[in-house]
Amino acid sequence: MPANGRIEVNEKFCKACGLCVETCPQNVLGLSASRINAKGYHPVELIQAGCTGCGICAIVCPEAAIAVYREIVRVREPEF
Amino acid sequence: MTKQLLKGNVAIAEAAVRYGLQAYFGYPITPQTELLEYLSKRMPELGRVFVQAESELGAVNMVYGAACTGARVMSSSSSPGVSLMLEGLSYIAGTELPAVFVDVMRGGPGLGNIAPSQQDYNQIVHGGGHGDYYPIVLAPANIQEAIDYIGLAFTLAEKYRSLAILLIDGCLGQMMEPAELPEMQPVRTVYPAWAARGAAGREPIIHTSIYLNPLDQEKTNLRILSRWREVQAKEIRFRGYYLDDAKYAIIAFGTAGRVALSAVRAARNAGIKVGMFRPITLAPFPAQAIRELSERLEGILVVEMNSGQMLEDVLANTHNRAAVEFYGRPGGNIPLADDILTEIKRIAQGKSTLNGHPRDRWVDRMLAANPGA
Amino acid sequence: MDEFSKETLVYERPNTLTDFTTHYCPGCTHGIAHRLTAEVLEEMNARERAVGVASVGCSVFAYNYFNFDFVQAPHGRAPAMATGVKRLLPDRIVFTYQGDGDLASIGMSEIVAAAARGENITVVFINNTNYGMTGGQMAPTTLPGQVTTSSPHGRDVETAGFPIRVSEMLSTLDGATYVVRRSLHDPKNIRMAKKALRIAFTVQERGLGFSMVELLSTCPTNWGMTPMESLHWVETKMIPYYPVGDYKVAPVVAEIKV
Repeated sequence: MPANGRIEVNEKFCKACGLCVETCPQNVLGLSASRINAKGYHPVELIQAGCTGCGICAIVCPEAAIAVYREIVRVREPEF
Repeated sequence: MTKQLLKGNVAIAEAAVRYGLQAYFGYPITPQTELLEYLSKRMPELGRVFVQAESELGAVNMVYGAACTGARVMSSSSSPGVSLMLEGLSYIAGTELPAVFVDVMRGGPGLGNIAPSQQDYNQIVHGGGHGDYYPIVLAPANIQEAIDYIGLAFTLAEKYRSLAILLIDGCLGQMMEPAELPEMQPVRTVYPAWAARGAAGREPIIHTSIYLNPLDQEKTNLRILSRWREVQAKEIRFRGYYLDDAKYAIIAFGTAGRVALSAVRAARNAGIKVGMFRPITLAPFPAQAIRELSERLEGILVVEMNSGQMLEDVLANTHNRAAVEFYGRPGGNIPLADDILTEIKRIAQGKSTLNGHPRDRWVDRMLAANPGA
Repeated sequence: MDEFSKETLVYERPNTLTDFTTHYCPGCTHGIAHRLTAEVLEEMNARERAVGVASVGCSVFAYNYFNFDFVQAPHGRAPAMATGVKRLLPDRIVFTYQGDGDLASIGMSEIVAAAARGENITVVFINNTNYGMTGGQMAPTTLPGQVTTSSPHGRDVETAGFPIRVSEMLSTLDGATYVVRRSLHDPKNIRMAKKALRIAFTVQERGLGFSMVELLSTCPTNWGMTPMESLHWVETKMIPYYPVGDYKVAPVVAEIKV
């Protein structure tokens, strides 16, 4: 089962360069059609489910604008 | 401490060490090289920093970096090398950091020669580098003064976060005479709040000379200028000789002043009431004192080892109140006391004038005496 | 038997960067180089003992973006200035951040001399084959035939000579301890670049001498390409001329495990 993740974009920094959108292995990122930041850019956002929290968007982001979270799912061992 | 026989360049180097020099960065150039050579041995044996840089550009920027840390730092060079350093001097001034330099002047322009000269007056006193900035310039006339003023240079540079430059000629750098060195002083252990030494427990410190907004740059220009006005108000230094009853005076600095003093004494023996005024701070320039002299003297003779550079600063303050004449030996020549005496006698015979420019009259006399030139 | 889930932070902006937005163009990989440098210094717990030296060019304002002490050098002189800082503060982490116009043209003397002295500093060298800040003129690193604003018909090697491979050149110097070239054009290479920066700063931390990481970087605006096209251009045009690789790794570096 693939990991479940999400990103938080600090919109102040995003310049809508699209590197994360193009590089995302899950193709779940897009530039916001409705939002606009102080510099006039449409910041990136998650546009559909399927983020695994792999962090590749953060690795290619030139503005350090993306924080990445991943949900770790573990099976609790029965206690005896 | 007792007097010892010291070579100028070495005396300045050892004095700087004793005044707590923490780092020296330099590059060989005659007639300054002994300063570098001496410190190449002396600094490491004290555990202090010495680097022979790849060029004067390298040296001045090493000084720039070291100055950012709040350390007591200096470099030295001679005229063509100082030309290369001007870039760094402008940056250091623009960043408002203290740093000390020694210029052991030689004949120029161009590669010129390695003989003593005062041809860097304009380059040093009036900036040379780009932008408005105001270095403190000290001009010793003997080795004892060179020792004392290198200490003063550090004090003033750090007090006003300014460049301080010891301006001497190859003669003072190379000659030996008895002088007394200061006691060894401890090296600094407490640093100013502006020193960039790692942002431990505080916000970052940034040292830069860039102010992209012209209004910010102008504020910086005005801040530097107001600091300079304080220097002008408090730090002017000069020496007068036989001026109380003088009708005439020589104005000369450094080695030229030293030679001129011999001529003044000879003239006094011949009954001519001549004195001498020797600026010690070429910047800040002793303008008021020269203005006052021009109000009571009949004639002034400016003597320099160049083609009349300080002359313009003297003229700017005499305002035709007294006749000014000029005698100079550019190109790496030291004027002879006898030749200066001849000039004094000419002035005492009433052969000075307020008409025209003293440099033109001097050039005409020089060319007449050297028809081949 | 039941499941529990816990959310963990995979990545966040390092504290070694300030809260300023950069002046770099969208997609410019200067930002990635800044970020990696900041991440490495944070991981090394070096914020309070780092002193950066900014250069002239697009990286002139680097001091605004790093959250530690910074000084700003005249064009090309950053290695000399860093020498001055490092000699006075030998236990601090001192690095220059320089572009190719700054380092490989006007500052060639300073970088060669610093490397030859084995100056214990780290150099982050951004190679984007042009002078970005002044609008994209030909640099020493501009590729043969590459069009720039001062080589409008493409760099003509007959008159403008050939590009300089800085890492290869510096690797010949005995004073250089660690000299490598990395690229910022894809996630794998970015990871390799970060690892190289970590080694380079560790070389300095351990007092082992001069270290430099050359980073192949993009300049979308002056190249006239989209950010993605620029990354592709790095991969297909720059890397063949400037191969990614380790050019000088002194034996002592092998002991560094990162």
